[in-house]
Amino acid sequence: MQLKELKLTINGRPYNFDVEPKTTLVELLRGNLGLTGTKTGCSDGSCSACTVIVEGKAVKSCSILALQLNGKNVLTIEGLEHEGKLHPIQESFIEGHGMQCGYCTPGMIMSAKALLEENLNPTEQEVREAILGNLCRCGTYPKIVRSILAAAKEMGGM
Amino acid sequence: MIRDFEYFTPRTAEEAFALLSHYGDESKVIAGGQSLLILMRQGLVAPKYLVDIKGISSLDYINFDMKEGLRIGALASHRAIETSRVVRNGFGVLAEMEQRLASVQTRNWGTIGGNLCHGDPTGDPAPVLIALRGELKMASLIGERTMVVEDFFKNYFETALRNDELLTEIKVPSPLPHTGTAFTKFSLIVGDYAIVSIAVSITLNSNGGECCDARIALGSVAPVPMRAKQAENLLLGKEITDNIIEDAAQIASREAEPITDTQASEEYRRELLRVLVRRVANDALQRAKKA
Repeated sequence: MQLKELKLTINGRPYNFDVEPKTTLVELLRGNLGLTGTKTGCSDGSCSACTVIVEGKAVKSCSILALQLNGKNVLTIEGLEHEGKLHPIQESFIEGHGMQCGYCTPGMIMSAKALLEENLNPTEQEVREAILGNLCRCGTYPKIVRSILAAAKEMGGM
Repeated sequence: MIRDFEYFTPRTAEEAFALLSHYGDESKVIAGGQSLLILMRQGLVAPKYLVDIKGISSLDYINFDMKEGLRIGALASHRAIETSRVVRNGFGVLAEMEQRLASVQTRNWGTIGGNLCHGDPTGDPAPVLIALRGELKMASLIGERTMVVEDFFKNYFETALRNDELLTEIKVPSPLPHTGTAFTKFSLIVGDYAIVSIAVSITLNSNGGECCDARIALGSVAPVPMRAKQAENLLLGKEITDNIIEDAAQIASREAEPITDTQASEEYRRELLRVLVRRVANDALQRAKKA
């Protein structure tokens, strides 16, 4: 199968790839780059564990062909920390026990990041709508919501 | 596993038409891929040639003017429609429907055109666009054509779109005065595919009394999104009362052709229609009175 050229920026760094057209973004991140912070939970686009941020928007990386992102910016969970310091959202999830097994957590945090980039003062309802697609099998939702609201406060909102 | 395919990224609609015309039935269009990739991953769809139109920016717009009404490019994302001021102000029911469609991740990348062309009878936009008298524009190398939304759907996952065509635009006329439109969908989890969905549009006379136009569009209760025309006729030419709405809901429920599946039984879907058509028709009526 003919490989196609792909240029994109991931977590602030530019990359060049030669990929098979059928490669999804999550396969590129985990397989080609070893960025395994982004998880695959379901294989059919229904759990949103694979959520990353493309051009400021939360998307499911399992449901996007990598080649559709030529020239675009991608942010993954690995890109949140800054010079060794965790992002306030990450700190908030730790403090607020916003996880049990931790598998949905990167996706939850990326959905939260996308929300707070747009709206630093979300209502509880807006937080719930932002993470509506992110399934948590452990049922940690109340603490996830509280962690996100606490992060918003910490980040200067509310 | 997704099977290998040859991949094209036309930059203009014309380039896309040429590719589709050339490769015919062996080609498939991908826009956001939020429905298509699921099928490709399951091996249900395995095109030899994939024509990726997501980058054709000339098809991504939301415009309004008093004469033409609302014109939405086929590549407008669900999220763009949901958050568009023009849509919220003049066609609020469209934004309401988009807000409940799947989740924000899907809405950020998926497109309204992709949703319609997928032809899923459980899709949310179709009933709303039918209630709003929506029209679709399709184009190919040989020209353009237009059809009303309800004529676009032929069968489960089968639309009137030819293989060499692209859906280019969704047009929604400005609502007539004293028109109210409302929508609801029923699903077990918010954002899931609808078990039933209902959109009702009611237009009242200028004296605000009699109903002079009515549309009752139902989703997930037939192989295609459908209009309950007998129920609509019951509302026409009358001042609408609770009893009339009740009767219309009963008739709509009988007109529908729901099936029993893993989500719900045929009888439960009919019961949902009896209850929810009544509620949505009432909402539409109240909106019409205020409009």
